[in-house]
Amino acid sequence: MTRQAIARSISRHTLVWVLGSFIVVPLLYAVLAGLKTTGALTTNPIGLPDEWMFSNYGTVLSSGAFWQQVGNSVMIAVLTTAITVAVSALAAFAFARYAFRGREVFFTAFAAGLMFPPAVAVLPLFVLLRQFGLLNNPLGVILPQAAFALPITIIILRSFFRTIPAELEEAAIMDGCTRFGFFWRILLPMARPAIGTVSVLAIVTSWNNFFLPLLVLADEKWHTIPVGIQQFQGQYSTDYAMVMAYIVLAMIPALLFYAVAERQLIGGLTAGATKG
Amino acid sequence: MTLSATTDDRPRHAARAPRERGPKASAGTRLRGWLASTWFLVPALLLFLCFVLTPILVAFFTSFFKWGGFGFPDDFVGLDNFRGLAGDEVFRGDLWRGFLLVVLTLVLQLPLALATAVLLNQRMRGRAVYRAIFFAPFILSEVIAGVLFGIIFLPGNGLADTLVEDLPLLGGLAGKWFSDPDTALPTLIAVMTWKYFGFHMMIYLAGLQGIPKEVLEAASIDGAGAWRRFRSVTLPLLAPTLRISVFLSVIGTIQLFDLVWVTTTGGPTHATETMAVTMYEFGFKRYQMGYASAISVAMFVISMVFSLLYQRYALSRDLQGAVTSAGGRR
Repeated sequence: MTRQAIARSISRHTLVWVLGSFIVVPLLYAVLAGLKTTGALTTNPIGLPDEWMFSNYGTVLSSGAFWQQVGNSVMIAVLTTAITVAVSALAAFAFARYAFRGREVFFTAFAAGLMFPPAVAVLPLFVLLRQFGLLNNPLGVILPQAAFALPITIIILRSFFRTIPAELEEAAIMDGCTRFGFFWRILLPMARPAIGTVSVLAIVTSWNNFFLPLLVLADEKWHTIPVGIQQFQGQYSTDYAMVMAYIVLAMIPALLFYAVAERQLIGGLTAGATKG
Repeated sequence: MTLSATTDDRPRHAARAPRERGPKASAGTRLRGWLASTWFLVPALLLFLCFVLTPILVAFFTSFFKWGGFGFPDDFVGLDNFRGLAGDEVFRGDLWRGFLLVVLTLVLQLPLALATAVLLNQRMRGRAVYRAIFFAPFILSEVIAGVLFGIIFLPGNGLADTLVEDLPLLGGLAGKWFSDPDTALPTLIAVMTWKYFGFHMMIYLAGLQGIPKEVLEAASIDGAGAWRRFRSVTLPLLAPTLRISVFLSVIGTIQLFDLVWVTTTGGPTHATETMAVTMYEFGFKRYQMGYASAISVAMFVISMVFSLLYQRYALSRDLQGAVTSAGGRR
């Protein structure tokens, strides 16, 4: 390398490091803060703890509420994703592979769903869910989440289904496959990468959702992690070290999931974004 | 990226008419053919109708009533709720703050994301790790980010105070941040940038990867320097991706709730309040559901009008391929 190239490489890395430290320092601070006493947090915000309070993490981990919230969040995310993907795949199949009257109208209606944010519908949703008796019922979160995930899921799956050659379907039909048989036994297995992508998107959206569960799942036994954190913060409002331990532990599942599913997640977000 | 093959939006083979539907087919056969295709849509339509479309209609309906939220709304007040909104200082403030948030996002967050994307688009050691780190905050929920920064920005001995205390310019911020009406909104912007710039960086990176190397090389041979190549080649070719990211930013800002609610609940003295926060306040704290519905309707109309205008004037020329392949090409 020439001297100039080395200098350029160093300055580039320095820039990235400076930027990266803005991202990382708050996260590291959280981990360390969770290991301090709240007293030490105010007298010694930056340094390493004098007294390592692993008990903060221990207290959270041994509380039933934390695990209950993890369980609720997992259950709601899994069911939301299962319903979203199943329902969208059927619809995307029809949109991608059949010509029928009204197809474009229906599709436009779904795609228009992308244009307005869920927060717009939260209040009337609450009113409706109360009418349906779905307050304090996980279905009251699952079904609306699935409904709001439909547009992006249908759009991504539809464009994937379109790439599968028509000859394949013709051959399957000739061999005595029904439409649904083709969908179920041939198309879905082929679409595994796209299904992975949309599933990861649905899981992350559901996992982080706050507004709807806050309104619908007021009962403590149904709290999801985000709602739980907010409650915990209210309860321990001055025990900052404890709150930090709680959010650090709450970050772990999301970051682990990100580590495992990075490719699908980023693929899905960029595909979603570039198609929005 | 992973969906490279899926981003084609041209008319396709599947659009052909079903074989069984000839010109002579009877109405019954045709209906049967139609139903054979449409039953696949039924579950999606039902879900969408119940939980997306109906709520919006309900919001429109209840926004014409003075309604506490219980029983059937019967006190019809016409447009009074909307007149109330138009004269409400807080709501007008929401609009102004929303506008500020959008503008500041556009001039701060997106350029930062673009610069980072350009930086990381070059060959450098550890690029994947940097990319993953910048993107990480986007994965965390708003509640986690909000609580974390709520504590970091605590006045007194929070991390932020300790860090800036002795600095010349930023030192004046110590003790203020979220607790002073003048600095609360800028602090919120900082947190939003932390949380979201990685997402925009990621879609820009996908867009940058779609720009053919040959074009840049050709410009280089023609004597264009780095800045000129960026201005005259990269930027125009990235325009569709930029337009999408602007769109997503604006729509996201219109519905901003979680971060604000967790960090400041809209305070101090409404300095960080957004439409969604005002809606929550009126609907669930003061039980003025009719008025809160009017705010929902306003949010709906604003996002709808913005989306339609934006699609009409900014996105329309992209929709045939340019945007859609930006994320797909390698």
